[in-house]
Amino acid sequence: MIGATIHELTTAYAAGERSPVAVAEAYLARIDALDPRVGAYLTLMRDEALAAARLSEARYRAGRPVGPLDGAPVALKDVFCTRGVRTTCGSRILETFVPPYDATLVDRLRAAGAVILGKTNMDEFAMGSSTEHSAFHVTRNPWDLTRVPGGSSGGSAAAVAGGLAAGAFGTDTGGSVRQPAAFCGVVGLKPTYGRVSRYGLVAFASSLDHVAPFALDIVDTALLLGAVAGHDPLDATSVAAPVPDYVAALAGGVQGLRIGVPDEYFGAGLDPEIERAVRVAIDVLRELGATIERVSLPSTEHGVATYYVVAPAEASSNLARYDGVKYGLRVPGKDLIDMASRTRAAGFGAEVKRRIMLGTYALSAGYHDAYYGQAQKVRTLVRREFEAAFARVDLLAAPTTPSVAFAHGAKSDPLAMYMNDVYTIPASMTGLPAVSVPCGFNAAGLPIGLQLIGRALDEPTLLRAAHAYEQATPWRQRRPVLS
Amino acid sequence: MSSGGARRRTPGEPPATVVRGGPPSYDTVIGLEVHAQLATSSKMFCGCPTTFGAAPNSRTCPICLGMPGVLPVTNRRAVELGVRAALALDLRVNAACRFARKHYYYPDMPKNFQISQYEEPLAEDGWLEIDTPDGARRIGIQRLHLEEDVGRLVHEGDFAAAQASLVDYNRSGVPLMETVSRPDLRSPEEAAIYLRAFRAVLLYLGVCDGNMEQGSLRCDANVSLRPRGASELGTKVEIKNLNSFRNVQRALEYEVQRQADALAAGRRIVQETRLFDADRGTTRPMRSKEYAHDYRYFPEPDLVPLRLDPAWIASVRVTLPELPRARRQRFVSQYGLPAYDAEILTQSRALAEYYEAAVRAHANAKGISNWVMTELLRELGGDDEAALARSPIAPAALAALVRLIDDGTISGRIAKDVFARMLAGGGDPEAIVRREGLTQVADAGALEVLVDQAIAANPKAVADFKSGKAAAAKAFVGQVMKASGGKANPAIVDRLVQEKLSRI
Repeated sequence: MIGATIHELTTAYAAGERSPVAVAEAYLARIDALDPRVGAYLTLMRDEALAAARLSEARYRAGRPVGPLDGAPVALKDVFCTRGVRTTCGSRILETFVPPYDATLVDRLRAAGAVILGKTNMDEFAMGSSTEHSAFHVTRNPWDLTRVPGGSSGGSAAAVAGGLAAGAFGTDTGGSVRQPAAFCGVVGLKPTYGRVSRYGLVAFASSLDHVAPFALDIVDTALLLGAVAGHDPLDATSVAAPVPDYVAALAGGVQGLRIGVPDEYFGAGLDPEIERAVRVAIDVLRELGATIERVSLPSTEHGVATYYVVAPAEASSNLARYDGVKYGLRVPGKDLIDMASRTRAAGFGAEVKRRIMLGTYALSAGYHDAYYGQAQKVRTLVRREFEAAFARVDLLAAPTTPSVAFAHGAKSDPLAMYMNDVYTIPASMTGLPAVSVPCGFNAAGLPIGLQLIGRALDEPTLLRAAHAYEQATPWRQRRPVLS
Repeated sequence: MSSGGARRRTPGEPPATVVRGGPPSYDTVIGLEVHAQLATSSKMFCGCPTTFGAAPNSRTCPICLGMPGVLPVTNRRAVELGVRAALALDLRVNAACRFARKHYYYPDMPKNFQISQYEEPLAEDGWLEIDTPDGARRIGIQRLHLEEDVGRLVHEGDFAAAQASLVDYNRSGVPLMETVSRPDLRSPEEAAIYLRAFRAVLLYLGVCDGNMEQGSLRCDANVSLRPRGASELGTKVEIKNLNSFRNVQRALEYEVQRQADALAAGRRIVQETRLFDADRGTTRPMRSKEYAHDYRYFPEPDLVPLRLDPAWIASVRVTLPELPRARRQRFVSQYGLPAYDAEILTQSRALAEYYEAAVRAHANAKGISNWVMTELLRELGGDDEAALARSPIAPAALAALVRLIDDGTISGRIAKDVFARMLAGGGDPEAIVRREGLTQVADAGALEVLVDQAIAANPKAVADFKSGKAAAAKAFVGQVMKASGGKANPAIVDRLVQEKLSRI
């Protein structure tokens, strides 16, 4: 039952072949046995998970499961507020923070009957691409424990890849779900900005943060998205558009779809093995009936620089509240300002401090126009280029990452780390939906991800193409061996 | 903006001295920034109630406490109230506006930024006409924007020396409207007049309860001097902590004098923020720690731009009431009231409406005005909606009281007794007069007996009258009034006394 997809599990529950409690217990036992080596979790919610599984089991016995996620064992990045369960964001400053409320995501998952196993490791405040910037411990890639799982949602990706959860949620701000999905050989979907409520997601960069699921396959991805998408009166940026039946929309294949391949995503810096795998994947899509054409997105090269102005600017503001006054860490000082300074000096890690400084600088008087103002203009340019491309094509296909999972400590230079997000950042900045789906392995047996990007709110087309590709290829059958 | 500094109420104020016109060789230039708490039932970005005076931190939720992960959602009613004020003050309501984050570190601000508006405010470019001793003046209003209030910090001792500080976040997130006037005010007195007129407009609109003691209305001032007749503005100083009309005037008078003395002594004015000390009646510079220099504004990414439908704005416009100045002018023309009466009666919409309801019931405009201005306002201790709602005397009852005087049923003196009974127990003045037997004695037959008795008992006064002292007749009137227990109709008594004496 470990390694089964959510739809396989819940089908088995409904048929009386599996028990949600037994499955939850099996996952918890496997976490106990293997997570000390992987480090996917920060906090295990053993009692809550078993209680939820028992309720789920009772519903199945009564013949009234609440939906296709009822009893599904899932993990949550420790960035989502969980009432009564500490939510650390991978930071010392929130090490003791116990939220008095649930994020909308958590509400909706509970309402859907999901069994939440625990809270997963992450780069501190979601800033990083390797989960090495967690204040607590590193997470290892289940395919190769000497390598990173990607980040910042590395704990959730490793949990799904390693059979430590059947599905998971992370957040994708510049690629923080798609990149670890690619590194860990699972599916990661960043939905359209506003499609899923951010209420209760501890903010890193508000205009870029997306709630995003990890799954073993596209059907599960569609199920997870469907359970949590939709307007939330608590999030003013959430979209009011009705939520389609994403699973029903998977049928139909790619016949007649026009898929654009942006030149700029195949430039210098791209690992040749990844380029080969992605080009082969695009050929598969062509053979399945899609029309492939080259497109150009010339502003791609400015994406990373733009992102590293906008995201730190918003972060410097969002993280201002951690001052030791109300919750979390407090380091006493000689006065209030001194207390805030000491608390922040002790509570934040180096990468978070670096970004707070970058962002504060970018917003400060005299530099605001040159940095923040200019970055907003580039963001508009990038958006227009995508709009122009989507006037011609239905989807874009590209690599998710320029490299495969790297070794721990390999990217100690922040800029080298930042460049890992070069292909994922544009969809973050434009808010367009994008999915990373496994498209093969390199010679060392490390997973490679194919990225598909769609039109705003067109997750149905995006998932339909990803599903067609997945069904035509063998990659999802291959799982890492952890025992 | 809402300062992070110690801008809170200071008790005890000596009376203001009025200096008109400022120092002789300078023109005074003043602009006011007014923060008004919008009269919504819930906060600007969450559902918490805005009630004043609740137990500390009992009116809070994760959103107004700035917990990790929370998001703001704009209060529609606050936007509507802002638009009402903007339309009444002839500001241009922008088709789209946005909120922005304003950053500074202060423990009373849970997020360490305030959601405010910066480059794209709700409304811009309007004016308020005020009546000054030198005539009507139009004071420009540069902008109107919405923002959230911060919490309240209680220190043990002062900010720097405090061993501990307590924070009450009940006020955190309460909706505020900031209006920035142009530097059109020319004296501290004008500034106070502007603030009063501004408050009256807000009260009429129902946008703010105008209560300065509770902090619903707060004021900061920018003041500078320039050589008389010069067009270029001098260096301005911002003064904070002006929390009453009197303090606005006192603080500005002090500051104008301070600047004039400095300029006269050849010193330069430093651009700075100063705090008014109401106990000393002086201003002092705020330490730079108490206010930030760079607020690092940027558009609030958690809120989408606010787009206001012109049809909706038009629907708000048609609900605007008659405003104080127009009503004041109408009271003079329609009711023939003196300007002074009209000014007092129109300070609040509730009072003006009370007055007009009373006049509709009994058309003695000046008589009712006198009773409202002297007796009623003294007893109510305020002219706002709440005070008038508490009034035990309805407009129709006050009108009935004045009618009883006008038709001779009771005297003015008796009326005060009746008024006191109405205050104590409510009720209809006619019933009180009947029950207590207070009806004025107008029966000439009954009064004639009393007059005869008075004349018979005072031969000396009769002799005085006969010898030409007309004033002696007054003594008889007084005695008859006394004998009647005040119920005699003085006019009839006077006539009877004159008749009787002339026949002797």
